[in-house]
Amino acid sequence: MNAQRRDVLKSGGGVTMLALLAAAGWLKPGQALAADGWNAAAFATKSLDDTVRALGGSAPAPSTDISFVQTPDIAENGAVVPVGVTSAIPKTESIAILVEKNPNMLVGVFDIPPGTAPSITTRMKMGQSSKVYALVKADGKYYVASKEVKVTLGGCGG
Amino acid sequence: MADPMRIRANVVGDTTEVKVLMSHEMETGQRKDSAGKVIPAWHIQNVTATYNGKTVLTAQWGPAVSKNPFLSFKFKGGAKGDKVQISWVDNRGEKRTDEATIA
Repeated sequence: MNAQRRDVLKSGGGVTMLALLAAAGWLKPGQALAADGWNAAAFATKSLDDTVRALGGSAPAPSTDISFVQTPDIAENGAVVPVGVTSAIPKTESIAILVEKNPNMLVGVFDIPPGTAPSITTRMKMGQSSKVYALVKADGKYYVASKEVKVTLGGCGG
Repeated sequence: MADPMRIRANVVGDTTEVKVLMSHEMETGQRKDSAGKVIPAWHIQNVTATYNGKTVLTAQWGPAVSKNPFLSFKFKGGAKGDKVQISWVDNRGEKRTDEATIA
């Protein structure tokens, strides 16, 4: 069963490369976050830096103004892990949630227009215990915070 | 056709809190069926929330959002009796829009 899992990861890797190459060719950064588009390149990345680049930014700065709310230290069921991110950084434009050890890191990107509180809550899947990143774009710059979440039952691959 | 969303919107002071429960399979594309074939990914890609014609939240989701996704957020303004509209599009092009009255 474990060997199968490796195969899936490997084949997934090939697709990622294609997606990245394609993205380099015809997706300008910034354009990628258009209101009705879906940033396929960002959702195929496997590292924090790659994801930030696919979203159109560069190296994110660690920040203590980003906090996790309603996010457990230990999640019993990896298929449903509550996660909430609140940003205290002024001019927060978007919040992204990433799970380090998921097959593809990016869970979702939430664009926060002015007037909306820079705080969102949702539920996500986690394949195994991992670091969870909250990536905040504020005033054109990227900030990041992380939290370790332990999973007792994985949510990917069943 | 997907089932309707359950949306609850409450105004407290000058902010409106919106909670949404969508009905969607959110298949990751990582799982295999009993015959060993990969089940193709099927998940919501874009979510848009509007209030009085103004966009109050947009989101792009990958397959790692849980099955039957939950989402909550807050925005400034909103009055009792007004409508909040939520819509989503998945990677098969299926769409769903629902609205709720702010209470």
